[in-house]
Amino acid sequence: MRSATTSGHVVEMTTTTGLDHRKMLIWTFLGSECLFFGSLISTYLVYKGKSVVGPYPQDVLNIPFTSVSTFALLMSSLMMVLALAAIQRGNQRGVRVWLLATACLGLVFLGGQVYEFTSFVHEGLTPAVNLFGASFFLLTGFHGAHVTVGVIWLLSIWVVAMRGGLAQKDSLNVELAGLYWHFVDVVWIVIFTVVYLIGT
Amino acid sequence: MGSDAQDVSVTLRSARDGNTRGLFRMRPAEHHHPSPGKYVAVATVLCLLTIIEVGVYYVEALKNILVPVLLILSAAKFSLVVLFYMHLKFDSRLFSVLFVCGLVLAGSLGISLLFLFRVFGA
Repeated sequence: MRSATTSGHVVEMTTTTGLDHRKMLIWTFLGSECLFFGSLISTYLVYKGKSVVGPYPQDVLNIPFTSVSTFALLMSSLMMVLALAAIQRGNQRGVRVWLLATACLGLVFLGGQVYEFTSFVHEGLTPAVNLFGASFFLLTGFHGAHVTVGVIWLLSIWVVAMRGGLAQKDSLNVELAGLYWHFVDVVWIVIFTVVYLIGT
Repeated sequence: MGSDAQDVSVTLRSARDGNTRGLFRMRPAEHHHPSPGKYVAVATVLCLLTIIEVGVYYVEALKNILVPVLLILSAAKFSLVVLFYMHLKFDSRLFSVLFVCGLVLAGSLGISLLFLFRVFGA
């Protein structure tokens, strides 16, 4: 494992587990995120079908539109692993292209979510109108916030790569961002099934 | 004293190299992540599963078994991403333990809440 000292030197460090601390940290964080999203999805399920006024899920949810958003997020995960494969092989041009493609597909997903939220509000669904609105906006809103953080993270790495500051030895930086990004993807896989397909 | 220090050094080096037993042991393929071709193959399967999911949703004849079918397809997609894209199939088992612990806790919490609010009995 590498660690930078205050004098700017990079020293080799050995951990007691033989595993990188940063990777351990991100997996611990992702484990805790499972609980976070598990709570939100459970809350949605508890309130499912208990709204006394509309709009109801079947009135507003657009399966074909959300399927396209889901496809964009799935493809972004592919772009992300291709970026990791590129940096691990020292392919600088590849990592720049794939990182940018991942961030762009993330932005496509976010654009779709903004459009969806706007159209729902126009159809009368707000977080205040019924239990479906409250739990739906809470769950998908927090997921969207996570995607936003992921896009910012990816673009930050992309900027570093464009300035030539991302070498093959720094592949863990891309891997950590990738782990977060794939987690956001698997959470959406569950939300798409539970909220959109089963929920309607 | 010198011997103890040497033992610790050897143990740490072994741990780093993935030669320890138990929880921290690396899979044989550690550090050999899938090739780009395999990543594309996994993405193709993910897309196919998504198409099947959406297709099943519109088939009236499958309405009775829609929920289990969708849950199985979703679990398959979830597993593919976690195993191949997040590399849990290849990385240290400790990462799998950390993630699965979170998943099990989240699942237990969800099921407890659903029973507490009598969702299953409704």
